[in-house]
Amino acid sequence: MVKPTRVTNSIRTLRFLAGEMTQAELAEKVGVTRQTIIAIEQSKYSPSLEVAFQIAASLGVRLDEAFTYPAIGEKA
Amino acid sequence: MASEERSSWVMVVVATTAYVIYLSLVLSGGAALPLAPADYGWQVLWTILGAIVVAVLAEIGLAIVDGVRGDKTGRRDERDRRIHQLGEYTGQAFIVIGALAALILAILEADAFWIANAVYLAFVLSAVLGSITKIALYRGGLPTW
Repeated sequence: MVKPTRVTNSIRTLRFLAGEMTQAELAEKVGVTRQTIIAIEQSKYSPSLEVAFQIAASLGVRLDEAFTYPAIGEKA
Repeated sequence: MASEERSSWVMVVVATTAYVIYLSLVLSGGAALPLAPADYGWQVLWTILGAIVVAVLAEIGLAIVDGVRGDKTGRRDERDRRIHQLGEYTGQAFIVIGALAALILAILEADAFWIANAVYLAFVLSAVLGSITKIALYRGGLPTW
C-alpha cells in the first residue's frame, strides 16, 4: 500500500474560483499532463516545488493558499 | 491514460507474448532438455528482435493515432519521469539477478542452454515487472518517503 502524501491542496476549489478552470486548462498553463493535475488533486502525487509554484501562480494565489502541510508533530 | 502507462501495457503484452511463443517453439518438439544451440538459438534471437520491432511499431502507431486526434497524452512531465525511473530501477534489479544466475550456472559448468535461458528469462522479467511497477505507480500513486 502506497503511503499517501501529507501535502494537501485546495486546487479543485481554487480552479472553481478561477472561473471554473478545467484540469486540462490548468495542465496546459503549468506545462504538465492532465493526469498529473488529477493525481495532485487526489493527493496521489506531490509535485516538485517548481510545479507547485507554477500551479499557485496559474491559479492566482500564494503557494501556501494552494498547498498546505501539517506542522511538525501534527497529524495530517 | 498517460503515454508512459500505455507504453508499459504494450511492453507487458509484447514481452509476455514473445516469451510464450519462444517457450512453445522450444518445448513443442518434445526433445529432451537441454537443447542444442541450433534448436533454440534462432528462436531466442527472433522472439527478442520480434518483440522489439512490434513494441516500436505499436508505439509509432499509437503516436500517429494521438497526432490525428490532436491528443496531447504523448507529452511527458516530471511525474512521468519519476515513474519511469522507479520502474526502470525495478526492471534493472532483475537484469542483475539474471546476470548472477548466469554467472553461477557458468561456474557450475551448466549447459549453455540453461545460461542463455536464464539471461532471456531475466530480460523478460525485467521488461514485464518494470512495466507492471510503472502501471501500479500510475494507478496507486507515487510513494512518499
